[in-house]
Amino acid sequence: MTTTVESPDLIGPEEHDGADGHAPGAHPAESGHGHHEGPSGIVKWLTSTDHKVIGKSYIITSLILFFIAGIMALVMRAQLANPSSSLLSFQTYNELFTMHGSLMMYLFAGPFAFGGLANYIVPLQVGAPDMAFPRLNALSYWLFLGGSITMMSSFLVAGGAASYGWVAYAPLSNAINSPGAGADLWLMALGLTGFSAIFTGVNLAATIFYLRAPGMTMFRIPIFSWNMLVTGILILIAFPVLFGAVVMLFCDRHFGTHIFTVQGGGVPVLWQHLFWFFGHPEVYILALPYFGMVTDIIPVFSRKPLFGYKGMVFATMSIAALSTGVWAHHMFTTGVVLLPFFSLLSYLIAVPTGIKFFNWIGSMWGGQLSFQTPMLFSIGFLFAFLMGGVTGVLLASPPVDFMTHDTYFVVAHFHQVLIGTAVFAGFAGFYFWYPKMFGRMLSDRLGKWHFWGLFIGFWLTFMPQYLVGLYGMPRRVADYRPDNGWTGLNVISTVGAFIIGASFLFFLVNLYTSWRNPVPAGDNPWDGHALEWFTSSPPPHHNYTHLPPIRSERPTWDYNHPEHRTLVTHSKRSPGPSDDKEPVGAPS
Amino acid sequence: MLSGCNFYPTYGASRGATKQGQDTFKLYSGMMTTGIIVGGLVGLLILWTLVRYRRRSDEMPRQFHESIPIEVLYTAIPILIVAVLFLYTVLTENNVDATVPVNATLSSTGKPVVDIRVTAFQWGWRFDYTGLNVGIAGETTAGPNNHGPQMVVPVGQTVQITLVSDDVIHGFYVRDFNFSRYALPGVTNLFDLTVLHTGTYNGQCTQICGLYHSEMLFSVKAVTPPAFSVWASEQVRKGNTLQRSGSSSSNNPPIATHPTPSNASPSPATARGAA
Repeated sequence: MTTTVESPDLIGPEEHDGADGHAPGAHPAESGHGHHEGPSGIVKWLTSTDHKVIGKSYIITSLILFFIAGIMALVMRAQLANPSSSLLSFQTYNELFTMHGSLMMYLFAGPFAFGGLANYIVPLQVGAPDMAFPRLNALSYWLFLGGSITMMSSFLVAGGAASYGWVAYAPLSNAINSPGAGADLWLMALGLTGFSAIFTGVNLAATIFYLRAPGMTMFRIPIFSWNMLVTGILILIAFPVLFGAVVMLFCDRHFGTHIFTVQGGGVPVLWQHLFWFFGHPEVYILALPYFGMVTDIIPVFSRKPLFGYKGMVFATMSIAALSTGVWAHHMFTTGVVLLPFFSLLSYLIAVPTGIKFFNWIGSMWGGQLSFQTPMLFSIGFLFAFLMGGVTGVLLASPPVDFMTHDTYFVVAHFHQVLIGTAVFAGFAGFYFWYPKMFGRMLSDRLGKWHFWGLFIGFWLTFMPQYLVGLYGMPRRVADYRPDNGWTGLNVISTVGAFIIGASFLFFLVNLYTSWRNPVPAGDNPWDGHALEWFTSSPPPHHNYTHLPPIRSERPTWDYNHPEHRTLVTHSKRSPGPSDDKEPVGAPS
Repeated sequence: MLSGCNFYPTYGASRGATKQGQDTFKLYSGMMTTGIIVGGLVGLLILWTLVRYRRRSDEMPRQFHESIPIEVLYTAIPILIVAVLFLYTVLTENNVDATVPVNATLSSTGKPVVDIRVTAFQWGWRFDYTGLNVGIAGETTAGPNNHGPQMVVPVGQTVQITLVSDDVIHGFYVRDFNFSRYALPGVTNLFDLTVLHTGTYNGQCTQICGLYHSEMLFSVKAVTPPAFSVWASEQVRKGNTLQRSGSSSSNNPPIATHPTPSNASPSPATARGAA
């Protein structure tokens, strides 16, 4: 548990950068802040075990996959803009929604959060020089990249990509109904990325448990890192089950087992139990990191401490605990699950989620709110997730689920939840931490254009989908009859989707501008709270040359605003006057 | 439409053409009202906070970070709300899921029970009226004239559906019944429908089941009990009788069939090429 790192790293970041060959104007993709000696350029990137290099690789890779999956969504929306459209064949459409879901769920929303932003930020927030197992971390990334390439390659094989939906329900996913190699590649990709997630989960939990800086007690960890700890543990609960299910399905497909086929004495619905025992914790594996991001962002732009820190921690824990007992609410219409049990636990998740909402409001209450891009995206998250959450409560009721299951009502619900978290909150986090990662600012003006395009497009796309679902349109249909009255709503939805797509052009222009004309960010452009804003931007190798006293969950704020420092009742030690101003381990 | 139901706003949903569907609708409507009130209040609170506390000076705000009474309050109130929602959910669920005993020809109310075995397959539906020796089957095909097979039921009587699948999972869903249920291979699902008004109600498979999922339409036509008897005897005369073989092609399918091989194992070549 060292905070003062070995002697070569005690030199200042500027000298470090010079010796490293890293200039602030370098291209983001190639700017690894690697070791002093050793390879440079592409070899350095390939061999790096630095969490910051790996984190950035994760972010870039998962964003590329996000854009590919987004383009798939636009193609599907184009197909649905008019009834009986012949833009896509049924088979292509089925492949597209399967791969759209798979890319977004397995390869973007999770890896972007826990492999990308968390990988970069968590060691900084807890004051660690790197992740606990740096080589395992590198293995995670390469497994993820390999899994992603495996999944994308399924478009190239005979028979096309998997076409059974991202949930791969048996027996549609068995060798009889999905005979192509695309389905096998899909399963392989899940195995590879599943292990990648497991290793990252181990790494996050070990880092947060064992590599905290002196003074960083458990109840002084910023909420983002707290949520990543809980996410890491949830990953360890959920992903091994998915891997088991994947192996079983693979055996069914190739080795003559009949685990999921009726003809051999198997039980198809077992796949759903296994899948959703992974799948519902997975929903929170995707949500909790993003909750953590907005929980860190909102207080910074309110110039106040987080309201209800401990309540936030316990809410996260209870969401995680409940999430392991709600899987069968995806299976209400199977007729073979105990409805009241799963309904009750699903309802109960609304309670800790509600606590989080009020804590976010409480953090803004009485503050001085400024609406820079990260804050705007966080507010967008609040509204998107509020809508998705309320409709989620409806779906916890089995009779309401009977009437809306597998319709566009459900599609609208989970897109509002997942876009609320992974896109609104995810990009809030990206805009928030980009200056830290790359040492330069993104344009606030372009960021706001991005936000408003996304925000308007988001409501236009998904509000009509609730209605068209209530009018009876099932999900995963490649066409629909013109006399159903669904056409107008689908057109609005398609227009909204293309507005979302266009909003990301502002994002890309923003990245390009910041690459061409860098605006230096400085160490702490937002007057941030947590430890990561104390080090340089980008941080030196092994992150810290010295640390401020850590007496609350916002040590950097306390250091910069000693007259307004956090007076916490939830830490045993109240800050003494002698603690202030003198950094721990400052080189003198 | 029952005037008594108009108390409940629809919020886009059907008021329910069946007894069970009306119960579900009332629950949906009540929950939606609750959701709009609660969600609306929270949304307005957020908006008000954003406007009220926007940055207007460089003055440092008060650095408070907790208030135990308020935190307890906003933990307790949601618990109360979901407890009430859960209570109504269980009551409705018990009504919707109630089935008359299997093999009963007379329900407890003395009305006859029509027993229909619905078999879903890639890609179509078979409706077997076990007590009447009537069997209706129809495959579905792409194109604007696809309406799928039609299930005819008597209005006002309890219809017990026995739902099974020949191959993969399908979803039996009729929008105006506010109800769906999986046809799961290896599982026999039972549910009751009591259609309240004559008319034709569109249904569709909701669970992705392969290539022609989006074409797997059907409809339910509710007629008066005498008309139902006439229809049933007509079907027997036409030869639309029960077929024990499990084959999906009847002598007189309501719509044209497309060239798909046997349901259990569509060949990959067909699956790729047919679209």
